[in-house]
Amino acid sequence: MTEQSAIMDRQGGLMGRLSDALWRKPGLLIFLLILPPALWLGIIYLGSLFALLAQSFFSVDEFSGLIQYEFTLKTYRELLRPSNFDIIIRTVVMAAAVTLGAAIIGFPVAYYAARYARGKWRAIFYLGVMLPLWSSYLVKVYSWKLILAKEGILNWLFETLRLGWLLNAYLAIPVIGGNSLSVSTTGTFLVFLYVWLPFMILPIQASLERVPLSMLEASGDLGARPAQTFRHVLLPLALPGVIAGSIFTFSLTLGDYIVPQIIGSSRRFIGQAVYAYQGTAGNIPLAAAFAVVPILLMAVYLWIAKRQGAFDAL
Amino acid sequence: MRSDRAPLGLKVAATCGLAFMHLPILLIFVYAFTTEDKSYQWPPPGVTLKWFAVTWGRTDVWEALGLSLQVASISTVIALVLGTLCAAAVSRTRFFGRETISLLVILPIALPGIITGISLRSAFNLADIPFSFWTIVLGHATFCVVVVYNNAVARFRRVSGNLIEASMDLGANSFQTFRYVILPNIATALLAGGMLAFALSFDEVIVTTFTAGQQQTLPIWMLEELVRPRERPVTNVVAMVVVLVTFLPILGAYYLTRGTETVAGQGK
Repeated sequence: MTEQSAIMDRQGGLMGRLSDALWRKPGLLIFLLILPPALWLGIIYLGSLFALLAQSFFSVDEFSGLIQYEFTLKTYRELLRPSNFDIIIRTVVMAAAVTLGAAIIGFPVAYYAARYARGKWRAIFYLGVMLPLWSSYLVKVYSWKLILAKEGILNWLFETLRLGWLLNAYLAIPVIGGNSLSVSTTGTFLVFLYVWLPFMILPIQASLERVPLSMLEASGDLGARPAQTFRHVLLPLALPGVIAGSIFTFSLTLGDYIVPQIIGSSRRFIGQAVYAYQGTAGNIPLAAAFAVVPILLMAVYLWIAKRQGAFDAL
Repeated sequence: MRSDRAPLGLKVAATCGLAFMHLPILLIFVYAFTTEDKSYQWPPPGVTLKWFAVTWGRTDVWEALGLSLQVASISTVIALVLGTLCAAAVSRTRFFGRETISLLVILPIALPGIITGISLRSAFNLADIPFSFWTIVLGHATFCVVVVYNNAVARFRRVSGNLIEASMDLGANSFQTFRYVILPNIATALLAGGMLAFALSFDEVIVTTFTAGQQQTLPIWMLEELVRPRERPVTNVVAMVVVLVTFLPILGAYYLTRGTETVAGQGK
């Protein structure tokens, strides 16, 4: 006791003793810190997730419509039926197209912001990406309803420029066309692209900011044309950022059911199928099996992304 | 110097990209003043302030707004506590399962929202929990943790361990150290994280459609109007107000986290 008090008195009271214990045993401190969030996420989130996964192995009796609580792969076989499998393919193609489009539009913005924007312009570019990223998702979707409507600004623009025939010719193309842009797959694509674009720009910008200027200069000094420098130096160095961004655009498109519901044709996407099967249809097992598809796709995607070093760019 | 000037093509592409991101939102502002109430006619046939008054008098909008604010406030508080605890644990030491914990925090936002939504809904059904205000909060807090965590973990890494040891050496106990040394250093990061969590919760619709019963948050009200339009001009006005209101926390969070390289105890 005397030795200890030479350093410092043991602190009195319950709080004091607790405080001492936390300092002496860092493990206890970590345990106490981590316990509440781990319990919350572990029970509420993981618990529900596993409950959902479990339900995908049940099936619905065709005659009574009741859920049979027995292990079966029947529900997964239903996913392979042409009508359901089409939904999966359509969603994946859409997600890939949105990702590609976002990368093409996003790259110049990210590159300019990372390399050339200075001072005031830097802040403008930063907020220019952050504001659309954080502004209301539904308002963004709604603004496109205004734009794409038959009496809306885009049609008006085409008519004013005397290009109405061009738009009509485009809408006549099957699959991507439709009665008007607001009920076409092209419309769905545009809205997805708009809503998820900022998620692509930020990681690309982060990875571009780490590309040393000297490398680009060296490439130029060694005789590469700008296009060659872009293709062989800049793009490979920025690729982790592009892949990191694509994780967001791909995943967000896979699971969305509101955009295609509001702007798009009657052809359904995975999210809409999940929503419809769990709702009025009451077929929770099939809805759960459908929900497993994006999880599996994202698991594969993340595995590939990890191998490409995309997580360092996040 | 040649390399400091952007090529014209890049300038044009970057400007077009930014314009693409902002013009649609600006369009909302024009539509809030239109006199046309049956269609989305462009250009607007006339300008009026009438719809602001009409929206002001709508009780369903006020109720939805009130519910959204309550849900966002409580979810933010829960997310602040859980996110900070988690960030403190993860940033200070390496321990078994550290990677798993950070993955667990990110998962609710990395997986599509519909999966979080449907899992929670089926779990509530299995457990016979009736949908209420609290089921909405439960869902929102779960995915808001990550925003607070991200902000807090970045700041915790910059807070020097020396400061904590110095505080303890000078006789402060763990709680005093937290209150007088750690908290002032992480406060702005928490405020920024909290604002973003609030904005995230205030805007969330996908998970909410699964975890809400009869209650309407503002996004649910908006979705309802999008699917089955009743009074379009009111929707226009609400949309504009929502845009203006969400800009404030974003700008606030930006100014709070700007220049955080100068956290105390760092410059050595």
